Amino acid sequence: MIRRRAALARHIPWTLLIFLVLIWVPWLGSRYDTFLATQIAIQALFAVSLNLLLGTTGLVSFGHVAYFGVGAYVCAILMKTYGMPFVVAFPAAGIGAAVFALVAGFFCVRLTKIYFAMLTLAFSQIVWAICFKWNEVTGGDQGLPDIPYPDLDWMAAVPGLADLRLSDRFYLLTLLLVAVSLAVLRQITHSPFGRMLTTIRDNPERAAFIGLNVRAYELAAFVVAGAFAGLAGALFGIFNRGVFADYVFWSKSAEVMIMTILGGMDYFWGPPVGTLALVWLNQQTTSYTEYWPFVLGTLLIVLLYAFPGGIVGGLAAAFRLARRRIVRGDA
Amino acid sequence: MLDVRKLRKSFAGFVAVGGVSLTVDTGQIAAVIGPNGAGKSTLFNLITGHIRPDSGQVLLDGYEITGVAPHRICRMGIGRSFQRTNIFPRLSVFENVQAAFLAHRGRGRNFWSHSQLFYRDETQTLLGSIGLAGQEHAVAGTLSYGNQKQLELGIALASDPAVLLLDEPTAGMSASETHDTMRLLEQIAGERQLTLLFTEHDMAVVFAIAEKIAVLHQGRLLAEGTPAEVRADPEVRRVYLGEH
Repeated sequence: MIRRRAALARHIPWTLLIFLVLIWVPWLGSRYDTFLATQIAIQALFAVSLNLLLGTTGLVSFGHVAYFGVGAYVCAILMKTYGMPFVVAFPAAGIGAAVFALVAGFFCVRLTKIYFAMLTLAFSQIVWAICFKWNEVTGGDQGLPDIPYPDLDWMAAVPGLADLRLSDRFYLLTLLLVAVSLAVLRQITHSPFGRMLTTIRDNPERAAFIGLNVRAYELAAFVVAGAFAGLAGALFGIFNRGVFADYVFWSKSAEVMIMTILGGMDYFWGPPVGTLALVWLNQQTTSYTEYWPFVLGTLLIVLLYAFPGGIVGGLAAAFRLARRRIVRGDA
Repeated sequence: MLDVRKLRKSFAGFVAVGGVSLTVDTGQIAAVIGPNGAGKSTLFNLITGHIRPDSGQVLLDGYEITGVAPHRICRMGIGRSFQRTNIFPRLSVFENVQAAFLAHRGRGRNFWSHSQLFYRDETQTLLGSIGLAGQEHAVAGTLSYGNQKQLELGIALASDPAVLLLDEPTAGMSASETHDTMRLLEQIAGERQLTLLFTEHDMAVVFAIAEKIAVLHQGRLLAEGTPAEVRADPEVRRVYLGEH
């Protein structure tokens, strides 16, 4: 009985159900809820892109925000300065971030462990410095405010969407693009290519001696992760109504890493859960206290000791334990 | 099949391998023996491209492979196991071997299909032949030491090598495990017409299955020949076999 129920549970397309529920946020929640949901969706994509390196390939990148930033600036500059439509600017952001990841990654994958991490950090600070100083293109310390929303008038033609505010429509667009991106990333993670990345994570020496060019695979993972970070950045710039050098500062790399580890980097859905938890907690605590970093630090220490697999890892362990108890009780 | 010519490597003045020449014929089972620090592992690492030699050549089937990157040497048909067990500890037993199949058959660049679909039968068959049937779903890192060694052999065999280099395949095993493992190796080498080169501490094992034995001592080749010739060699008896 229990086993049959468990088998049934596995056949329910949970991800599709969650996506279908999330569509209703603009109707069911407040304007602020939609704002939060948009932010979480974008950050979740950013965190999952990082996890392709962190959890899947075992590469600790301390500079992942650089690709997020490149994507944000490329999309913003194309839309604001050159007046290009979103359908051009959005893919261009992904391509721009991928090209930059290819260049930076070429050097980074030649180093290992802490040296790799330091070099990714160095590249990200270079991006930050360029964004901060190159006034004519990036707006320098003023940034690029007032990035236009994509043209979403076509949504008015869809029955039921005509009455939505522009920010609600943008939420739906974001949700769709993030869902498609996550589906692609999930497919890549479970592909033979993804399997090769996990062998590199587990044991690079052995991976080379099953015939893998380890550096080439690491570089490919770096480029894919960079491209999707760029797409997340493009959405974020529009959502945020502006792109500023602050968003490319290295501390943002740490933030997304915390989300990933908090959620559980061994699981594909760990980073989105971590993002959700962190944004929600941030909202809850900042209404009581101004010591958010203190709360975050304490929480992280407790979590790393109690649930080294993150939230999803902890839940999975609890679920396994509960099922074993029930099965034993049944018998 | 494998032809090592005057291979030489020193580390900061210490000569680890000093001009070793060695040939292994196709289908031959050959052993490299010698006390700890004799240069056996270094010799293996020189052959598989993990270390670049100072001088000398390595030829595989007549082609020079000296200084070629390890992943290319692997694709050219040399498989190996490592002295310290070298598996993918967080993947399942099945995934360990399947990954080696995927890599060897050039599927690693497939971004799109589901990896679970590939080489299921081949992987099952291979796991069965190395004695790991029924343990497919176990996480590799939780296996016993002996089983991990078996799994590493499976990973090496999935690359369908012509030459297999095994660095102490029975290290840390009990006497009966050692016996079983060597019988298994002999059988697999026969079936696949493998050229096998291995290092081993247990002299009984070496003299039982090796057709050719090379004795290393302080980075130099002390003797080379059939088990009978090596056993009769006065120099070998003095510095090595005499110790036991």
